[in-house]
Amino acid sequence: MQFKLNVRRYDPEAESPAPYWREYEVDVPANATVLDCLIHIREYVDGTLAVRCSCRSAICGSCMMRVNGQARLACATKATDMQESSEAITVEPGGNMPVIKDLIVDMDVFWNKIRQVKPWLEPVQPVPEREYLVPNETILDLTVAMNCIMCGACVSDCTSLEVDKNFIGPAALAKAYRFVDDPRDEARQERLEELSDYGGVYDCTHCFFCVEVCPKGVAPLERIVEIRERAQSAGVTNNAGTRHAVAFEGIIRDSGILDEPMLLLKSIGMNPVEQLKNVPGGVRLLRAGKLPLASGPFHHKIPGHGNVQRLFEKVEAAQEA
Amino acid sequence: MKYAFFPGCVSRGACPELMQSLTAVAAHIGMELELMETASCTGAGVISERNQKLADALNARNFALAEQTGLPLMNICSTCQGVMSGVNERLKARPEYLAEINEMLAEEGLSYSGTANPRNFMWVLVEDFGLENLRSLVKRPLSELNVAPFYGCYISRPTDVLGYHDFPQRGVYLEMIIEACGATPVDYSGKKKCCGFPIITMNRTNSLTMAGNHVGEAQEQGADFMVTPCPLCHLNLDAQQPDAARVVQTPLNLPILHLSQLIGMALGIDDADLGLNRHVVSTNPVRERLHALPLA
Repeated sequence: MQFKLNVRRYDPEAESPAPYWREYEVDVPANATVLDCLIHIREYVDGTLAVRCSCRSAICGSCMMRVNGQARLACATKATDMQESSEAITVEPGGNMPVIKDLIVDMDVFWNKIRQVKPWLEPVQPVPEREYLVPNETILDLTVAMNCIMCGACVSDCTSLEVDKNFIGPAALAKAYRFVDDPRDEARQERLEELSDYGGVYDCTHCFFCVEVCPKGVAPLERIVEIRERAQSAGVTNNAGTRHAVAFEGIIRDSGILDEPMLLLKSIGMNPVEQLKNVPGGVRLLRAGKLPLASGPFHHKIPGHGNVQRLFEKVEAAQEA
Repeated sequence: MKYAFFPGCVSRGACPELMQSLTAVAAHIGMELELMETASCTGAGVISERNQKLADALNARNFALAEQTGLPLMNICSTCQGVMSGVNERLKARPEYLAEINEMLAEEGLSYSGTANPRNFMWVLVEDFGLENLRSLVKRPLSELNVAPFYGCYISRPTDVLGYHDFPQRGVYLEMIIEACGATPVDYSGKKKCCGFPIITMNRTNSLTMAGNHVGEAQEQGADFMVTPCPLCHLNLDAQQPDAARVVQTPLNLPILHLSQLIGMALGIDDADLGLNRHVVSTNPVRERLHALPLA
């Protein structure tokens, strides 16, 4: 079967190195993967194409790259599934990491972030004479995060990392969750404090790219939300993320519907400098007739909001019991 | 064509022009809306980080209220859509969990049986009303106008939770609607990325960089305005645009319209009924271009 591939090339040793696109046509079996196509190109069409791969079975994570604009494992992506109409399949290196050559990126960025979260157990003391006993359900829960094969797909497509290299990023945060929720780890509190700081869980925007592109169902965003929950429960609350969540929950409990100005004020907290930054935005909204003036004590509640309050109480009472 | 209409918070808060334009468009195309005024906020993915079960219970309550009307459930916010789809999947996958939540709803006389299918106005418009019908009602084709689509994260991902398997074109509905209105969709890399809104109070610089990058890119690609089905994206892209311009150090002046405003303009609805004056970035340049266009 014939496939057209438009591959983003880059040769650092060229006279004036700059990325460029090159189109290839390959004739391969109909069930070929994108990786099969690239290997075919390298072996029979253009030996200068640089591709990194190893297991070809979606286990090693080496062949992560962007296919049709989204991070994927090339070995687990069928070319037929990517062939949209008559247009060529686009193949690019993963994002958010520097390109070494063609489709190969420098994973140092990735590994440095993994190291940053101290991906090892700090054993609870005293070490038991025999073994630590961990409930089955805990291990089942941790297994989700442990399924990560370190391919970097989530890091490639993370929209927070795109604007701020300081963000710890989805892969490392999912890895951190694996230790935060491990009952054998003694550094839980310290981890939660570090993870709630600048660059940590509250810099995630909920864009869901990591959930969408992860080939192993790790769903890093869900792990990030769980770390937020664990941190807030453990009293790590002196941050804008917690203030925002607490204010949000309180407003919905009281009235069933958001009070936007109050949410903003409470989220920012008692920080006059940060509060001042929002004054021009407030004035702009006011001038456009968009500032909800029925705020604070004048905020309107949904009809029958008592039912919402009672639901809050019931859920919380059941959880306490 | 009648719907249980879940308005969300922002259309009754900082984006009143969304409610105004949606109401005008619905009346124009014969869509009846039964306002779910006793429904609560979905939690917007925030309450779940304090208490997942609480967020699930709030949404189950809303779904039960929709079931009581016997009408299909429609929302007008990408974020509401994403949260509702996620919760609905979880509740339907775990009957014992749903039963537990239903016990808590019983006092109010509610019970969710799992039949709700929450859909955004954008999806309803394409899937129920149909683009052919929309085209036939267009009075003022928006020819010569270039429109940048901006989807919002919660209506774009995860695709398996959002029904993209059954409706693969949900990822291009905005472009399809823009074309049906006679305008030309502008392609740019930021159209399905994050607007930055969720972290505006946690990391203002990152948030505004995101908004500024997308608006700047769309502007550079020749967009006359941007259109979004998400009022939260609208707030960051429109109301914060002057600050975003300073952060990305690029002059920005791109009007951001709600989806219902775009459709309303093509249908020939009066500007005043679409709330086009209630924007931070003035929509006047768009309106001037619009009124210079011939009526079909």
